[in-house]
Amino acid sequence: MKRMHDSLIVQTMSQLLIPLAQLFALYVLFFGQYGPGGGFVAGVIWTTSMILTFLVFGLKSPQGRFVEKMLHGDGLGLIVFVGVGGLCLIGGGEFLNYAHLDIPGVDAPARRYIGILLAQIGVAIDVAVTGISIVLSLAYHDTEQEYDV
Amino acid sequence: MIYAVNIALLLLLLVTAASATFLVKELMSSVFILGSYSFFLALVWAWLGAVDVAFVEAVIGAGLATVLFLITLFDTAPKDSRLRRPPPPLAGVLGLPLLGILLLFAANDLWPFGDPTSPPNIHISPVYLQQSFADTLTPNVVTSVLMDYRGFDTLIETVVIFTAGIACALLLREPGR
Repeated sequence: MKRMHDSLIVQTMSQLLIPLAQLFALYVLFFGQYGPGGGFVAGVIWTTSMILTFLVFGLKSPQGRFVEKMLHGDGLGLIVFVGVGGLCLIGGGEFLNYAHLDIPGVDAPARRYIGILLAQIGVAIDVAVTGISIVLSLAYHDTEQEYDV
Repeated sequence: MIYAVNIALLLLLLVTAASATFLVKELMSSVFILGSYSFFLALVWAWLGAVDVAFVEAVIGAGLATVLFLITLFDTAPKDSRLRRPPPPLAGVLGLPLLGILLLFAANDLWPFGDPTSPPNIHISPVYLQQSFADTLTPNVVTSVLMDYRGFDTLIETVVIFTAGIACALLLREPGR
């Protein structure tokens, strides 16, 4: 886990599969209002692709550094979600009432679409960062070290 | 005809995987069989028409949970991985099948699946199904219920997930990392 996987087959297959999984996550995220899926599923699929990345390439590789950088986004998803609700408040409506999202030049369906999409992006970021954070804490938990409780 | 056979086969696989998870002698094999169980369960969800739930079950149950279990197993000593199971108590062997039969008997009184006159289907679902597009202008009813009618629910769920992540990081990471 801490360094790159030895097998060339695993590396090549992961290079092929990881972008595919990420593309599918984005598809599920942006298509969630027309088909099954949404923010939660998109975030979880993104998490699995990131876990595969650091299991195969290790945390020292460029891809692994990106995984570690994603941890800095902890709480960003909540800010996005609550921020959309706040924008609706500023627009003169209730909290999370996307009809009052005050964006000039867009009609009502597009307004709803943008509001729900931003909220879904918030959920996806939150879920993805949380999943990566849990797995990284488990994987880098040093068992040799004694705890002084 | 073939459809019905498929469903019976799927349920048989599900029950087999579930019991094999408990009966197998090694934790590593148990984890993999649990992953396959989640995958079969995802197929059942898809058959029932709940594609969203099938998505989540396949990704979390078969993917994420398996990885979490495996990473935890790698951290434990190899001697902990083998299981010595004591024989099950007689009360459990006799009582649990009886309980199962009782539950199956009680399940007879449930409404048939997909019945339009069952209480869950006449309470608030028709309102959502008929008015969601006029209210929220979103084609997918599931999304409009999740993100629009019940946006507060989803917000608080997100807060719960966030809290879980923070708690795991606090418990598992050494200070200074």
